[in-house]
Amino acid sequence: MKSHTSIAALAASLAFAASPVLAQTEINFWHAMGGALGEKVEEIATDFNEMQDEFKIVPTYKGNYTENMTAAIAAFRAGEQPHVVQVFEVGTATMMAAQGAVKPVYEVMGNADIDWDSDAYLPAVKSYYTTPEGELLSLPFNSSTPVMWYNKDMLDAAGVEEVPQTWDEMFAAAEKLKENGAECAFSFGWQSWVMVENYLAWHDQPIGTQQNGFAGTDTEFVFNESQDLTELLQRIADSQADGMFKYGGRRGDSLPLFTTGECAMWMNSSAYYAGISEQADFEFGQTMLPVNSEVRDEAQNSIIGGATLWVLEGHDDAEYQGVAEFFNYMSTPEVQADWHQSSGYVPITTAAYELSQEQGFYDEFPGTDTAIKQLSLNEPTENSRGIRFGNYVQIRDIINEELEALWAGDQTANEALDKAADRGNQLLRDFQDTNS
Amino acid sequence: MRAKRVIFRHRWLPYALIAPQIIITLVFFLWPASQAIYQSLLRQDAFGLRTEFVGLKNFARLFADPLYLDSFITTILFSTLVTALSMLIALVLAVMADRVLRGSLTFRTLLIWPYAVAPAVAGVLWWFLFNPTIGIVAYALDGLGYDWNHYVSGSDAMALIVIAAAWRQVSYNFLFFLAGLQAIPRSLTEAAAIDGAGPVKRFLTIQLPLLSPTVFFLLVVNLVYAFFETFGVVHATTSGGPGNATNILVYKVWRDAFEGLNLGSSAAQSVVLMVIVIALTAIQFRYIERRVEY
Repeated sequence: MKSHTSIAALAASLAFAASPVLAQTEINFWHAMGGALGEKVEEIATDFNEMQDEFKIVPTYKGNYTENMTAAIAAFRAGEQPHVVQVFEVGTATMMAAQGAVKPVYEVMGNADIDWDSDAYLPAVKSYYTTPEGELLSLPFNSSTPVMWYNKDMLDAAGVEEVPQTWDEMFAAAEKLKENGAECAFSFGWQSWVMVENYLAWHDQPIGTQQNGFAGTDTEFVFNESQDLTELLQRIADSQADGMFKYGGRRGDSLPLFTTGECAMWMNSSAYYAGISEQADFEFGQTMLPVNSEVRDEAQNSIIGGATLWVLEGHDDAEYQGVAEFFNYMSTPEVQADWHQSSGYVPITTAAYELSQEQGFYDEFPGTDTAIKQLSLNEPTENSRGIRFGNYVQIRDIINEELEALWAGDQTANEALDKAADRGNQLLRDFQDTNS
Repeated sequence: MRAKRVIFRHRWLPYALIAPQIIITLVFFLWPASQAIYQSLLRQDAFGLRTEFVGLKNFARLFADPLYLDSFITTILFSTLVTALSMLIALVLAVMADRVLRGSLTFRTLLIWPYAVAPAVAGVLWWFLFNPTIGIVAYALDGLGYDWNHYVSGSDAMALIVIAAAWRQVSYNFLFFLAGLQAIPRSLTEAAAIDGAGPVKRFLTIQLPLLSPTVFFLLVVNLVYAFFETFGVVHATTSGGPGNATNILVYKVWRDAFEGLNLGSSAAQSVVLMVIVIALTAIQFRYIERRVEY
């Protein structure tokens, strides 16, 4: 009898001791960071979880940006949405229009029991994601900008002494590379972002009316009106015949062209730093995007890509407290500096940028501050603050399709840009209709 | 003496036995189909927060869109090529496998294996082989003087998905052709051989006509496969590109819904595809089954 009760008492006390008094609140974080970047995200989440025992961040890789956003929207419609979802910059208009589905970050941080200063974030990054009143809707996490990656070994072998800074210099270097037997001189990825949006911002030209959509949903595309962009794209398409330019696919599909040494120069996100460092067995570097010296001598500034973290409605206040604490942790200078240095995304707070400078990171790895320098080159104008177009995920695909027809030789650059603008405008009108 | 009872007493039993199948059909076929029809009459924003009933406007928009009609042509071209290629290769292989005496089981097993590979996996395998930078087939083609780049050339991309899709179907067709050939009595072909007919003539005049039920059956099955089950292949390789060269109808349905977040238009496309498959099946049941020789 006695032994029974004592065993029962032991069992009961063990059961009590095993379960924490308050079960850990789980916070679901859906992201689109694969490969090396994904491992880093897991690291950040694990560090946060170990720091405290009230909340547990559960990061889940859901595919690429499009797949992740779609999964989150489908989950919302089924009532199973995560707390935090990483949405790329072109999904901003759709997320912003979804009042009732999205909980703005300034609300989350304001309601939570935390000190938070939204001025700590860099203006170039913040301005994309704020309301007209300057309040932050989503948390900047991984912002990048396109840079020009170059294969130093190949350029040296071809006798190209200085890395091209203008498009004329690009084509001149391409000639030398061809003479030296290179298979291709340059390529790029995410072509709508790199060659249309950033080209126009870099040269202070508008992409659409109404301040690129910031001032209203009645915006219309005007990128097809840029004479110099049309001529440049045609020139690039024609240069395929000489083997100077080689198209390698949308997004980052053309990365192997650069890392295998087939193309000497590659224009794409600064965030490929992690991938390129892993895969390239040659000396590489990054520099600013080339300027079209026929229209401008100096560049304006580039616009960001990458993604931010949005918070979805439908959860308890206790869980939002956890979200706020996680966001606070991710914005600390140490975490941001580490993330920036290992990924190639820009440091999103001034403090993180300064910390990296203090640590001597940019001295040890020259060129890694190209992205942040490009973004803060000048005070952004109406044309270079960013873009806010509805249905832009689809519109990017349209631009991709028309440009692909251009590279295949099925149409001229003029036709491609006109068609892209027409088709894009239809979708802009659709968005305006469903969201007004 | 009692007369034998002809009426089955337990009247609930038949209903209970077919109930599982009916329930599955209801849940997995009729419910989604009716949902698709309902959604094709709506226009919604991505999150489903605002819904507007627009009647047949989604359909009208579709048929006025030249890209949708292009997609039809692309799909017809794609399914014709896949069907023709996979059936021809399967027929040749079946005829050859029919004549083999030793090791026939090995050949047959190896020829059937590709069917077990999921379409998406097959797509990725062929994508690797044909990748312009790192693919060995692309490298071999380069050696022969052809610059393969399915990222730029629409016809290269179409060739890639046709090969990836047809590769799987060859096994399926091969099985049916082989069974069909083995059902033909040996005495017919032997008699023709004695009369001096060569293998080609024997094939064309005896085996092929007797295979016609199989051929027509496989024709419809292959067309349905190419129309509907090749989403995985396209998604894993070309994503509908370059331009819209490989944007087949079933891929366009997915893309408009999940990338474009335009559920009304996508549902309308689904409904159109549903009508097409109903029509194809009706044709198969009514006409083809009657005209074949048995």
